Amino acid sequence: MEAPTVASETAGVGTSDPRAPGAGTLRTGPHPLMAVPALAFFAVFALLPLGGVALLSLMRWDGIGDPGWTGLGNWSRALGDPATYHAIWLSVQVMVFSWLFQTPVSLLLGVFIAGRGRYRATLGVLYFLPMLLSSAAIAIAFKALLDPNFGMSRAFGLDILSQDWLGDPTLTLYVVIFVIAWQFIPFHTLLYQAGVRQIPRQLYEAAEIDGAGRVRQFFSITLPQLRYTIITSSTLMLVGSLTYFDLVFVLTGGGPGNATRFLPLDMYLNGFSNNDMGRASTLAVLLVVAGLALSLGLARFARFQRGSQQEGI
Amino acid sequence: MSRARPNVPGGVAGFVWLVVVLVPVYYIVVTSLRNQRGFFDANPLAVPSNPTLANYDLVLRNDFLRYFLNSAVVTLGTVVITVAVSLMAAYYVVRGRTRLAGWTYRAFLLGLAIPLQATIIPIYYLITRAHLYDTLLAVILPSVAFAIPLSVVILANFLRDVPKELFESMRVDGAGHWRMLLSLVLPMVKPAVVTVAVYDGLNVWNGFLFPLILTQSSDQRVLPMALWAFQGQFRVDIPAVLAAVLLSTLPVLALYILGRRQLVTGLTAGFGK
Repeated sequence: MEAPTVASETAGVGTSDPRAPGAGTLRTGPHPLMAVPALAFFAVFALLPLGGVALLSLMRWDGIGDPGWTGLGNWSRALGDPATYHAIWLSVQVMVFSWLFQTPVSLLLGVFIAGRGRYRATLGVLYFLPMLLSSAAIAIAFKALLDPNFGMSRAFGLDILSQDWLGDPTLTLYVVIFVIAWQFIPFHTLLYQAGVRQIPRQLYEAAEIDGAGRVRQFFSITLPQLRYTIITSSTLMLVGSLTYFDLVFVLTGGGPGNATRFLPLDMYLNGFSNNDMGRASTLAVLLVVAGLALSLGLARFARFQRGSQQEGI
Repeated sequence: MSRARPNVPGGVAGFVWLVVVLVPVYYIVVTSLRNQRGFFDANPLAVPSNPTLANYDLVLRNDFLRYFLNSAVVTLGTVVITVAVSLMAAYYVVRGRTRLAGWTYRAFLLGLAIPLQATIIPIYYLITRAHLYDTLLAVILPSVAFAIPLSVVILANFLRDVPKELFESMRVDGAGHWRMLLSLVLPMVKPAVVTVAVYDGLNVWNGFLFPLILTQSSDQRVLPMALWAFQGQFRVDIPAVLAAVLLSTLPVLALYILGRRQLVTGLTAGFGK
């Protein structure tokens, strides 16, 4: 960040407009105005709404007229309603199960296609296909595929496949978790593949000489070396699954009943279907707090790991 | 790893996952080529006995090209603005000599943790009060804002690797910051710019929430919303809906086939640092 200051006497004459930011002397580094456009966008559409959502959670607003103060009314309504806790509980389940399912699969796939062999590269190309589809496209395709009358239940003629995948409250939650995983595993596989490629080969060569087998190498070299990749991937995964909306909205709309009405969906339906933006804002605040807490917690955990590593523990 | 021995369990598991990935993709393709009767009668995973392009024709006659154009406008607009402002900001945070530059960078880092979904109600308020509701600009502006943090972080990570001597020698030649940015920085960080453009472009092309909240009329409809609308419009005509799904993915698929290597290395370089 701190570049050595070379007291050069040459003033910048790089632009025709002397008032342009950055056209000043180069001794001072670029003018802060260069960062202003990006900061402005970010402030108006990300930071300001962040404060706005806290304010709106203290207001009554139907989404059309003018908001008016209501104090803690929204909070007492939201926190006094079992539906809110149901939505939070669902979100926690999605987060935990998504992580438990996606992490091992992405990690193993990443390790697998990072290995040598032409066919593994080909596999990699195919594995990443879901990354190209939009959430709406994926939801629509799975809806058709899981249809009890025309979907894959008919393809194989297996009774076990002819469940009412999207109509049975207990099943649907797991179906949604699976479809989310189908969409996101490719991205995390990519991260792990890159992580594996950065591991020094000498480590494996030394292990070979010591006679360590493939499984042993995986547990004593690959896993520890992927520590930071695991943290990065997990952070994205946990925060992502907490705020996951598009796919569920198109796939189930929160149903059957309220079986897949996760927190972001609950927020949307409260605000934009029931015109209760105040109550929706309280749920949004909960989302922000949970997201920030997770990110910061994992960052701290990463630092702690880094620190203990330096102390040779 | 002197010689790759065959990894049998790995191979089997890899193949199983391949089936899991490919079955839905294959299903989309074959179903989009079926006629209505074939869809109701045939085995869903069988190759269509008399494949037809009628579904594609139906979709294209239902304003598909307009939605396609809307998506293109939103995506290109967002990517161009995001890359331009993020590159300037990244240049400032890497080359800036004051503490302010460090704080600016930290602000963007913190921005990575802001869940987009949680801000949609105030964004909706802002957009309606600014009389931008139901315009493509309404989708572009917040999309840019949420693409900026990661873009700045990735570009800044690459910029740090540009040797300082290069800046020094250009300075001796009397170059200003703008010229440095255009003739030194831009060529040097081209791979990162591609990464950022592709990643942001993919997100915006496939984005659903902002168009859902901020647009309404079919004139302003983008592809993901169009797919959702088709689903209501065509009801049981699943082959037509899936033809629309495939058509909406074509440009991304083309990009993937053309620039896969760059995309994959670029993405991982961006996140791996």
